[in-house]
Amino acid sequence: MEKKRATQLAILANEVRKNALTGIYNAAAGHPGGSLSIADLVTYLYCEGMNVSADDPKNPDRDRLVLSKGHACPALYGILAEKGFFPKEDIATFRKIDSYLQGHPDMKKVPGVDMSTGSLGQGISAAGGMALAGKIDNKDYRVYAILGDGELEEGQVWEQAMFAPHYKLDNLTIFVDNNNLQIDGDIAEVMNPHPIDKKFESFGWNVIVTDAHDFDALEDAVTKAKATKGKPTAIILKSVKGKGVSYMENNAGWHGNAPNEEQYNQAIKELDAKIAELEASL
Amino acid sequence: MAKKATRESYGAALVEYGADERIVVLDADLSKSTKTEMFKKAYPERFFNAGIAEGNMMCVAAGLAAAGKIAFASSFAMFAAGRAFEQIRNSIAYPKLNVKIGATHAGISVGEDGGSHQCLEDIALMRSLPNMVIINPADDIEARLAVKAAIDHDGPVYMRFGRLAVEDVNGEDYKFEIGKGVQLKDGTDVTIVATGLMVEYALKASEMLKEEGISARVINIHTIKPIDEEILIKASKETGAIVTCEEHSIYGGLGSAVCEVLSANAPCPVKIIGTDSFGRSGKPAQLFEAYGLTAENICEKAKEAIKLK
Repeated sequence: MEKKRATQLAILANEVRKNALTGIYNAAAGHPGGSLSIADLVTYLYCEGMNVSADDPKNPDRDRLVLSKGHACPALYGILAEKGFFPKEDIATFRKIDSYLQGHPDMKKVPGVDMSTGSLGQGISAAGGMALAGKIDNKDYRVYAILGDGELEEGQVWEQAMFAPHYKLDNLTIFVDNNNLQIDGDIAEVMNPHPIDKKFESFGWNVIVTDAHDFDALEDAVTKAKATKGKPTAIILKSVKGKGVSYMENNAGWHGNAPNEEQYNQAIKELDAKIAELEASL
Repeated sequence: MAKKATRESYGAALVEYGADERIVVLDADLSKSTKTEMFKKAYPERFFNAGIAEGNMMCVAAGLAAAGKIAFASSFAMFAAGRAFEQIRNSIAYPKLNVKIGATHAGISVGEDGGSHQCLEDIALMRSLPNMVIINPADDIEARLAVKAAIDHDGPVYMRFGRLAVEDVNGEDYKFEIGKGVQLKDGTDVTIVATGLMVEYALKASEMLKEEGISARVINIHTIKPIDEEILIKASKETGAIVTCEEHSIYGGLGSAVCEVLSANAPCPVKIIGTDSFGRSGKPAQLFEAYGLTAENICEKAKEAIKLK
């Protein structure tokens, strides 16, 4: 990827982070940590990796994204708003009564949301079903799912981990947001899912381990996934929970808590400074 | 007409209407028992075994439906409505996706497998879900037409089929409509409201009551949700006493649904026949006897209901 493009994406990803935090701050509820850790990924997917358009969000030939870790929807809403799926100012209505921006993704209400999720372990299966439909219909669309690393503790993940290679769903790519933290703490202490790469490998997946916050790495991994035939791909993303906001980084306490006014202002200040720095480098 | 289990009708109907290329059928290693194997033989390219993993199967069905398919997902009622309840709730009913759940081996008529496999809670579970249509067919033709209606209906449908061969209660010219109860016999003293294989027993009971000079109306409620309020209100007003019968728990099933309608619109005495405990191993006929799912018990409860008028 050209350096300029990577910088542009990094700027946009920080706007997505600001959107996510603005939604959570206004709602006084939501999940900042895991939203910030996938901000770069969703930015890459909606700008580069996926064939989707706000002009035709239900196009049957579009690529699809299932946010299996549905609680990270502030990041998804953040990029969908940037891409014009709905007005950016609506982000301030997140989680509020009468808002279509539900606390977890609702495919019936939010333009651009491909599957209703929120109950962990289910999104990966739905993504498998969409990929299977694509195979039945000989369509070229690809299906992506984003899972949390704590989510791997759900047994259903491994049911689909068997299913997708069994039916050779090479049009399915999952991302594991491996930030090593879940609500109750370190994933290795709560219920160790490691070694994540070897588990998926042994289930028959093409496995790529890469950096969640490097657009070249994301592009390289997604390109390899697209070129892989006969098996699905699992991309294990080494990520930082709370990425981009100093006091939230690597802190499980920010899994499901909203910042207060002072904290919110501090976060926006840090992200704006980062954006200014990136813009200066263009 | 030979007796036939509604699971056989399910498999036959999937084949009968299976030319529709939107239809995809999933099973969880029970295709020989649920009879989806018949569809597999006819349309192998649209049949997928999910293995013994019902939660994943339900969500795969949801994903297929989200991509435009009419997805049928089959297992025993116990593992469909029971094991995969939350997957059905969050991935199918909540987004109102076009998934049809073909749940076989419902109720105590499963027989010898015993209490672990005799699902007596599925109607209650499914009834609690918004957007869910619940159909419990009484015989072969009703089961086949229910599958057709489920295909034509846009949204989730839970179909409850049995393992036990049952008599026909409807004629070949039978018309089926989701949400429309069927009055099989008129009567003035009491109404027997039945669903599934209990309809056959309700008809027998009405004959027995007739011999005692009691005129019993018989209504078949094949669609438990949305329920036919009109036919129930009319029965309450015209006969003044009701007995409900179902091969299901007395909590949350047909009896509860009938009482919910009548208490708000046309109260009358209602006696609910169903189970109040887990099942156990035995032959279906022995189990029906043990749990009071008999024409004799219907007659007794009908008389009790009449006394309460």
